[in-house]
Amino acid sequence: MAVRLTQAAGRRLVAGIPLVWLLLLFLIPFIIVFRISFSEVRLAIPPYTPLISWHHGTPSLEVHWSAYSFLFTDPLYVSSYLYSLKVAAVSTLFCLLIGYPMAYAIARSNPSTRSVLLMLIVLPFWTSFLLRVYAWIGLLKNNGVINNVLLYLGVIHQPLALLQTDFAVYIGIVYSYLPFMILPLYANLEKHDPALLEAAADLGARPLRAFLAITLPQSLAGIVAGSLLVFIPAVGEYVIPTLLGRTDQLMIGRVLSDEFFENRDWPVASAVAILVLLLLVIPIMLFQRLERRELEAAK
Amino acid sequence: MAESAEPTAAYVRIANVTKKFGDFTAVDNVSLDIRRGEIFCLLGGSGSGKTTLLRMLAGFERPSSGSISIDGVNMSTIAPFERPVNMMFQSYALFPHMTVEKNVAFGLEQEHLGRDAIRRQVGEILEIVKMSGFGARKPHQLSGGQRQRVALARALVKRPKLLLLDEPLAALDKKLREHTQFELLNIQQRLGVTFIVVTHDQEEAMTLGQRLGVMNHGRIAQVGTPSDIYESPATRFVADFIGSVNMFEGQVSEEGADFVRIQCGELGTPVRAERVLSQSRGATVWTAIRPEKIHISRRAPGGGPAGPPENAVRGTVREIAYMGDMSIYLVELASGKLLRVTLPNTARRGERPIERQESVWLSWHGSSPVVLTE
Repeated sequence: MAVRLTQAAGRRLVAGIPLVWLLLLFLIPFIIVFRISFSEVRLAIPPYTPLISWHHGTPSLEVHWSAYSFLFTDPLYVSSYLYSLKVAAVSTLFCLLIGYPMAYAIARSNPSTRSVLLMLIVLPFWTSFLLRVYAWIGLLKNNGVINNVLLYLGVIHQPLALLQTDFAVYIGIVYSYLPFMILPLYANLEKHDPALLEAAADLGARPLRAFLAITLPQSLAGIVAGSLLVFIPAVGEYVIPTLLGRTDQLMIGRVLSDEFFENRDWPVASAVAILVLLLLVIPIMLFQRLERRELEAAK
Repeated sequence: MAESAEPTAAYVRIANVTKKFGDFTAVDNVSLDIRRGEIFCLLGGSGSGKTTLLRMLAGFERPSSGSISIDGVNMSTIAPFERPVNMMFQSYALFPHMTVEKNVAFGLEQEHLGRDAIRRQVGEILEIVKMSGFGARKPHQLSGGQRQRVALARALVKRPKLLLLDEPLAALDKKLREHTQFELLNIQQRLGVTFIVVTHDQEEAMTLGQRLGVMNHGRIAQVGTPSDIYESPATRFVADFIGSVNMFEGQVSEEGADFVRIQCGELGTPVRAERVLSQSRGATVWTAIRPEKIHISRRAPGGGPAGPPENAVRGTVREIAYMGDMSIYLVELASGKLLRVTLPNTARRGERPIERQESVWLSWHGSSPVVLTE
């Protein structure tokens, strides 16, 4: 009896710790941001109107929609949203196209080289993310490594404008997020039974056909997981577009930071954050539904 | 060759096939002919090379040397997806994301048949394996026996000339296995497919196979019908691997026109056996006697009046295992050697049964011992 009680308590503890974590570090900050997004900016500390104001001892709720309506009056915000989605989507696609063959090759390699290859995938994380993005500036700038080599070889006669372009942002994001695509794909592909491909070949399917009919559909969960792990942080990416990207078209992460730190407009910054979150919640929910279906099928 | 036109000629011809994985020789210079329409069982322990040989027939492995031809066509350069061969995998290898129908239809879809033709053929084959009502299910919704049937249907739907079965019954429980064995035979006869079955289970091999090939260390130890292999094993390995056997080392002491006499130290009595091979006097040979071919009794067998009785020996019962249909007796001889004797329990309540520690006579017919030289 006592044992059972402690077991139940232990289970509650194990489930409770992440719950408390999420409550403190996700839900409460979210509620604070959500609440600020429904106020107006003012010159004070804190720099926004209170949600509940007191008039002669009676409380009254003051909800302002101005931050949200403002987002749709200035085209800057809508275009930043769309630009962020586009950059994230294109980067995710490239991560998938580059990462899938890599994950496949790692999953198929023999166990001793496999651990080395996985190590190589994780190795870049040992260097600071910021440093690695700065390194790309050194490679891409007008008198950077790439331009110098091309000029020396006589391939080009004028330095190419590589930095502060969409191209540079794609390179930065794909480079930085590729491991997040490869690892879940590898985890998925590694579990595939090689006998299935042999069975497909035995039944007359050529290798490409067998891949499309057997491997690809079975790795769908890995594709979705990897894509979300790249897409979600890429939408809100701040550092890479700021260091490598265009100055005439901002991504939403930069807009948010500018509203907060430059304009000190906390309500608008909060509204931007809430909308980004909404934008991301939908793909997460889609993913979870797919994952649940996958789990049921695997039983 | 002239004989290739005959119906009993080799349909699958494995000629001097060797397969090496690095330093390890998995299949060592194997030559084997398999006839059209027969069920051939490759029997061997793990690591005997039987599965490697099967995988070479399917095309998943290339022989290091030697050649394989099927119906007169050399398979050396033919990829698995182009061979007229289908395989039933030990793990079944059903596609988990496809329904039963889709799984079975997969092979036909590769041939770009019309949708109606595919549906009709899938329906027919599911009917044959008695899985008609399960077309819409996914593999994970089926029992082990049902999955086995789907795997069989998927391998048979393209009407291959040669079906390779890798441990087809290993994943089934005992009752289901027996039932499925007879169904496999039935289907094989109905469709007239040549079966090559790989198994480590001698019982499975004996009931399924019309001919067996016993493999050991990458080589074929013996090829023959189940009774050939059981009653006339060619080597000590085969005698020991198939069924159980009592084996004694001895020397040939006398050669007659149709018999040999062998002195076996451990046995304590000379063995008189039919002369099959020519064994010179003094040569070391092994005598193998199957447990069910030894008689056990309290009284001395009616031997000749002169000299010690031949093919009879005294011993003490040490263990008795009652198996229901038969009993196994372990009898210790004077030399300390244990002999295994089985006796069918023909009567429900017979006379006083032999008990432990009882002194008994063991005897056998002169045709029972098999004399082996290697």
